[in-house]
Amino acid sequence: MNSAAFVVIAILTLAAALAAASLPKLIHAALSFAVAFIGIAAFFFLLGAEFVGLVQVFVYVGAVAVLIVFTILLTRRDVQDTGKPNRGGAIIAIAVFGGLLWAILKTSALSIAAPQIEALTVKRIGGVLMTDYVWPLQCVGVLLTAALIGALILVMEDRNEG
Amino acid sequence: MSGSLDQIFIRIKQLLLAPVAGAPDWLMQITSALINIFALLGIFLTLFALISVLERKILGRMQNRYGPNRVGPFGLFQPVADGIKMLIKEDIVPARADKVVHFLAPILIAATAILALGVIPYGRNMTPFSIDGGILFFFAVGSTTELAVFMAGWGSNNKFSMLGAMRAIAQMISYELPLIITTFPVVMVVGALSPDAIVAAQNGYWFGVVPHWFVTTPWGAAAFILFFVSGLVESNRTPFDVPEGESEIVAGHMTEYSGFKYATFFMAEYIGMFAISGLAVTLFLGGWHAPIRGLEFIPSYVWFFVKLSILLFIYIWARGTLPRTRIDQIMNFAWKFMLPMAFTCIIAAAVWHYAGRGVAGWFWSLAVLGVVYIALSILLDTRKKFATRTYRFAE
Amino acid sequence: MTPTLQLFLVVSATLFSIGLLAALSRRHAIFILIGIELMLAAANLNFIAFWRFGPQPQPPTGVMIAIFSIAIAAAEAVVGLAMVIAVYRHYRTTNVDQLDQLKG
Repeated sequence: MNSAAFVVIAILTLAAALAAASLPKLIHAALSFAVAFIGIAAFFFLLGAEFVGLVQVFVYVGAVAVLIVFTILLTRRDVQDTGKPNRGGAIIAIAVFGGLLWAILKTSALSIAAPQIEALTVKRIGGVLMTDYVWPLQCVGVLLTAALIGALILVMEDRNEG
Repeated sequence: MSGSLDQIFIRIKQLLLAPVAGAPDWLMQITSALINIFALLGIFLTLFALISVLERKILGRMQNRYGPNRVGPFGLFQPVADGIKMLIKEDIVPARADKVVHFLAPILIAATAILALGVIPYGRNMTPFSIDGGILFFFAVGSTTELAVFMAGWGSNNKFSMLGAMRAIAQMISYELPLIITTFPVVMVVGALSPDAIVAAQNGYWFGVVPHWFVTTPWGAAAFILFFVSGLVESNRTPFDVPEGESEIVAGHMTEYSGFKYATFFMAEYIGMFAISGLAVTLFLGGWHAPIRGLEFIPSYVWFFVKLSILLFIYIWARGTLPRTRIDQIMNFAWKFMLPMAFTCIIAAAVWHYAGRGVAGWFWSLAVLGVVYIALSILLDTRKKFATRTYRFAE
Repeated sequence: MTPTLQLFLVVSATLFSIGLLAALSRRHAIFILIGIELMLAAANLNFIAFWRFGPQPQPPTGVMIAIFSIAIAAAEAVVGLAMVIAVYRHYRTTNVDQLDQLKG
């Protein structure tokens, strides 16, 4: 695994995520959010799970990011997030980060290098999906249908009632 | 001899890679990728320039006039003149536009269009980047185009741009579904998402005469037509160019762009057209395979570009012939007709496979498609039923 | 220095805390959603990293969990954004500090 690629992708992703969390203008934050997700998809490619990386770009950048910018467009009065930042939130986030970092660095069993792995083909993922994970697949289908219908009902304007 | 002519580009690339043969692995990979990228860019930018003038000439001939014929022989140097004009135009950015977003939008849209070109097999062993999930990569990159269109509309700080961008995105999202679902029968029958495997599965001939291309099966023909129409919509071409209809919304999301940025939008649209036509050739028309056994000595990339040119001609032909459709007609068509037909193609492909992939399979899948098509035509009949006309005269 | 598992976990922990920062310290509802999506993506990265660095050969469980998690996160983003739009229509604001009454 290439360490130069890892460093570049890590810097890109973390910078974009930080920008998404702290930029005042919503549109810039939404666009850096898309860049952060492309960075995470690049991580997935680096880790050998190319299918998940492609699904990530497809779903998050192609759909969720577009949804977010559409919602920003439809709720146009507050395009800037004014007001003082919440100090308590920052403290909690830093505390959580410190705790996680301590736990990771303390566990010595985690400083292992990547073993050799056979490439995970799409065929294998399809096979596993249809045999071991067929019930979760159907449940996710029902869930997505329910989410679709629910979202439509939530945003449908009341037609003439009375 | 035919084999060596077929692989001539592979030989050239190996010659170019010979100087770096002793270098570490990552350097060889980067050099190989760079050679692929430059070759791809060179070929497709030249094709873009050629198509931009050929389109105007073909449209002109369809409208009973000559196209541009002043610059160079038969007007073929017109793209040079166009390029110089675009480059020396003043680049006007609106004062209250969002500078960063306004600048990045054409770059992103061109980048995603060119990225999509990278997974299409152009000839035997000639896929620039062979990924296991190539079709998924193509669609993932294509779906990023919508974000770039939105950035263009938003960054211009102009109500027409925003409206044009919203229309464009609504259109593109609606037609992404039929576009992707019509590729499912092909992926199902082949059993792989890699374009190389899909082209390899279209090898051979039935009865020695009819090539094994998926367009010769009923579900393949229906899926090809649906895919092609969805491709027309995705590239915002007439008859579906509501987002850039000059008589309606100035230039839609491209209104506030001038000079080189406008040329970039233009280029991105054409390269998107090339990418979708390339994918249609790969999925349905047999990729780089020859249609008749006797003509197999012609190199594979020549066949690919011949098929690509035929599809591009049909694009231009549709532009010159059909009027623009309304946005609500476009939406109705996508959701009420194309989506059910796309699902039917999947079922028809399954029927074809389980009825033995032979003549019986052909007839059964044709029957499935026919039944659904007739049912949809009856259900979606939009001819208004008028009441008998009554006349009232002044007494 | 090839990247070890610890390095990947540190990156995903950083992403998680950045998402937490966005979710806790912003007032606009959409920013909070962005933070939640970042946290989910960090967890996905964890799953895939553990799958990759685990003892081989092993079934692709981590990859499967990540795929399902992406699908479910998309569904949750859709419903969340629909709620933001519905709330905006009613209260004309997206500032979550002002949404503090149950009475409609």
